[in-house]
Amino acid sequence: MRRSIIGRSWPNAIAVVLFVFFMFPVYWMFSTAFKRNSDIISKTPVFFPLRGTLEHFSTATGAAQFWEMVGNSFTVTVLAVLGSLVIATLASFAIARMKFRGRKSFVLVIMLAQMAPWEVMTIAVYMIVREKDMLDSLVPLTLFYMMMVLPFTIWTLRGFIAAVPKELEESAMVDGCTRTQAFVKVVFPLLAPGLMTTSLFGFITAWNELPLVLILNKATGPGSAQTLPLWLTSFQSLFGDDWGATMAASTLFAIPVLIIFLFLQRNAVGGMTAGAVKG
Amino acid sequence: MAVQSEPVRVQSPGGVKGSPLGSGRPVVGPSLLSRSTPYLLLLPAIVATLALLGWPLVKTFELSFQNLNKRQLILHLTEWNGFSNYKDQLTSSEFWHTTGRTIAFTTVNVVLIMVGGTLVGLLLNRLGKKMRILLQAALMLAWAMPIVAAATVFSWLFDSRFGVVNWFLDQLGWHSMANYNWYSSQYGTFFVIILLIVWQSIPFVAFNMYAGLTTIPAELYEAARMDGAGSWRIFRWVVFPSLKPFFLSTTFLEIIWVFKSFAQILAVNAGGPQGLTQTLPFYAYIQGTGNQHYGIGATIAVLTILMLVVLMAYYFRIILKQEDEL
Repeated sequence: MRRSIIGRSWPNAIAVVLFVFFMFPVYWMFSTAFKRNSDIISKTPVFFPLRGTLEHFSTATGAAQFWEMVGNSFTVTVLAVLGSLVIATLASFAIARMKFRGRKSFVLVIMLAQMAPWEVMTIAVYMIVREKDMLDSLVPLTLFYMMMVLPFTIWTLRGFIAAVPKELEESAMVDGCTRTQAFVKVVFPLLAPGLMTTSLFGFITAWNELPLVLILNKATGPGSAQTLPLWLTSFQSLFGDDWGATMAASTLFAIPVLIIFLFLQRNAVGGMTAGAVKG
Repeated sequence: MAVQSEPVRVQSPGGVKGSPLGSGRPVVGPSLLSRSTPYLLLLPAIVATLALLGWPLVKTFELSFQNLNKRQLILHLTEWNGFSNYKDQLTSSEFWHTTGRTIAFTTVNVVLIMVGGTLVGLLLNRLGKKMRILLQAALMLAWAMPIVAAATVFSWLFDSRFGVVNWFLDQLGWHSMANYNWYSSQYGTFFVIILLIVWQSIPFVAFNMYAGLTTIPAELYEAARMDGAGSWRIFRWVVFPSLKPFFLSTTFLEIIWVFKSFAQILAVNAGGPQGLTQTLPFYAYIQGTGNQHYGIGATIAVLTILMLVVLMAYYFRIILKQEDEL
């Protein structure tokens, strides 16, 4: 089948337009973050800033409690992910390798929990946390973030464990390992990529979470338990029209996630189908 | 996390062992301990789910039957008021307006996402390798952007004075758009929010679509083409039937995600102007936490959850049909 030049090149032309459409906002964030103020508020937008500055980054990182927020975000996210990994490894081993009554219903609960409407449960969570006198603390935040990523973690790890041939485990047991040893020595090392992928997705979910921290940790000031997403939503009201600093702040917040995605690439599609990351 | 294999005996955490396995025989009769092993393994997950998910869920229902405002909150009073919150909401025009708005908002978003995502997926399948990788990289970036960061960037793109969108529209000859304030009107704000959501959601659909397309054997296309089918007919009779389960499940997933969207609404214009871009989850938040009518907020939350449950029921019917291996 022969096609004309136009017939062959239109997909490429559309692809270029789409490339610009999807790339531009990200590019604009980065470029604004490095632009001088005079270029940001010029009548004609400066598309390729040749004279850059790092001034906006120092404004953003110099903002009150910025580093505290970074610390909070990392603490909460890492602990939540580790917690869910431990719990999920146990659970997913059971559902991937064992037959028992109630297995199907457990799997169903996990799938349902994955779609839990956290956005509208915040009021109840607030009441619970308030009763326990734990508002403005990182502890409840860590626990609930752990729960938010847990179903997805179990579901994905189950797939990874099921992919490890059962024979490997069995031969280890023939050679004298207990089932626990077989798991720890044979299955677990093979799971490393799976654990990696899963925890990175969990990281993204917890790192981006806004509705819950918004309602639980309202107190600002030194020692506050706020996290970066919350800080970023208030950044505009704090810095008004300083778009350079706002974009620098967005860049700093987005960078860890963008790097993780770069790292995940291939696994991203399959992993996301399971559904949790977008929240 | 990686566990090295040197000290073998020390590592086995006690209690989880299937008892007689040490004898070196993998096949054993079920003792009480090994029969309870799966339940022991599941225990932490079950406890966490009950305490951290089940409890808030029950609590939401409980609160929805209470008259709980600022006063009751401070004095720690529990005032039950039966179904009166529900009666109020179900007869409130604001609630039904918000519901209608949420449904319209979800519909517009999901249609754009599914149509756009499908077309981009089909395009990916058609591109040469270099072009495809380039477009995939752009899609990946849009997808990866944290919602709050993306929302902030969109506010900057649509800024009235220095925003690049207004400048561009002005250059195109649409001079009234110079200095246009997108956030002063309901439709302007919704336009920004919808563009933001669609921009971030298309990649997911497109990647899935593309992955699905690569599983369709080339012979099918060839056969269709031999029979003289054009692009549309190939899509309608070859691609769509093969990917129907994918279309159904992705559509429902997107409906559920968009229906729940909260951060975008908050970050773009906080539901404004005059609450005209509030959708149900945000409305529940404003009534509950913003106006400190916690009971009413919980009632709206319950009604929202019930609507989501209906959507999820459909979703699970589709999913469970697909996955027999469960």
